[in-house]
Amino acid sequence: MHNTNVKNNLALAGKALLYIILNLVILGAYFYAPLAKGLKEYTRVLYFHVPSAWITVLAFLIAAVLSGMYLRTRTMLWDAYAAAANQLGILFCLITTVTGAMWAKASWGAYWNWDPRQTSIFILLLIYAAYFALRSAVENEQDRARLSAVYALLAFITVPFFIFVVPRIYESLHPDPLINSDAKVKMNSQMLQVFLTSLGVFTALFLYMLNMKMRLIRLDEKIMENEEEYE
Amino acid sequence: MPMRWWPLLNEIWVLFRKDLLQELRSKAALNAIFLFALVTLTAVSYSIGSFNVAPDMLAALLWIVIVFSGLSAFAHIFLKEEEAQTADTLKLIARPTTIFLAKWAFNVLLLTLMLLFTVPLFIGAFNFTVYHPGLLILTLLLGDIGLATAGTIIAVLIARAARRGALFSVLSFPVLLPVMIIAISATKIAFRADPTDLFISEITAMLSFDIVLLTASLLLFEFIWND
Repeated sequence: MHNTNVKNNLALAGKALLYIILNLVILGAYFYAPLAKGLKEYTRVLYFHVPSAWITVLAFLIAAVLSGMYLRTRTMLWDAYAAAANQLGILFCLITTVTGAMWAKASWGAYWNWDPRQTSIFILLLIYAAYFALRSAVENEQDRARLSAVYALLAFITVPFFIFVVPRIYESLHPDPLINSDAKVKMNSQMLQVFLTSLGVFTALFLYMLNMKMRLIRLDEKIMENEEEYE
Repeated sequence: MPMRWWPLLNEIWVLFRKDLLQELRSKAALNAIFLFALVTLTAVSYSIGSFNVAPDMLAALLWIVIVFSGLSAFAHIFLKEEEAQTADTLKLIARPTTIFLAKWAFNVLLLTLMLLFTVPLFIGAFNFTVYHPGLLILTLLLGDIGLATAGTIIAVLIARAARRGALFSVLSFPVLLPVMIIAISATKIAFRADPTDLFISEITAMLSFDIVLLTASLLLFEFIWND
């Protein structure tokens, strides 16, 4: 009993910390981080846009790993986890697309102009959507799990092409990503502090959401088991 | 145990010949892909009319015709086994790898025949000069392999699903888009009179994507095929 109490308190403290730091990042992005020379106010979107883009790829990676686990073990739980990771991934992919489009309107004058970066994020969105289209089209549970796991893995091998190769082959107006060819970080220390905190706290938020979804899936399964026992 | 190549190749050949014979009797896929290519080409050519189109535009149009014609034919390759209820027999007599390679070879052949028909027609219809025919052929060959690989693995994915027609396009588009993007930019180079220094990097990208896609498909095919 004592042990669960400690665990609960820790979880509560973690949630509180996450909440506080998330708010600090929002405040920091607007009031603490200075604007670099020649940059306008709208560049502050960077503190939210880049972390969401990172999580889009991270969620996809996690979903691919979970799909692989499903194919290895054939336990339905892994399939449900993979679907949950992809659901969160599509959410962050949407956030990335929309914040990117807003920034593009301010900076380039149009919401959408098929810049290579915009193309790649749009294709990612299509892949996520196709994954759920496939899931809804297969009736049998085992078949659905198997086919969507294979599709997640297959689609995942195209992701490096869209994220890393295509935007570098074709000229893009998109600002250099952090991992650029000069291997230089073009931010001053205050900007970097806010940015890295944002990256970390967004990742924590994503993992927290994913964990919550996984717990829901496990609880669902338990309820189903209990119902079967009573019948 | 070392891999024995000869029986493997023989098995692939037997399965490939079976598909070929079946196709020559019914001509269903052949008719579909040729007519579809002709229809797409007509639609594109007619809507452009007698405008003078830049080489960059032509490259994109050519690949739109190729990709859509390919999509119309690939979906059928595993579906016909399900419809004729021969899929289970196939599972008994051959290993997954050989089945995949035989089906893949058939799709490559189908697409190659379609290209031999469509590309000269396309060049004729738009009446332009291809400055680097060798580069165009290399691009078409690698694009052919990439499209056929993506088409084959997606075809087996959707063979069990409902609402297959629309699903096939939706699922295969993200997977074959890298092939299409790189192929278009390589074809642009082949259509222009300019020097072709950049061509090497395009071809390397396409070749590596083909290899990655084929390897992944071979590895993943077993999971879909055996249940």
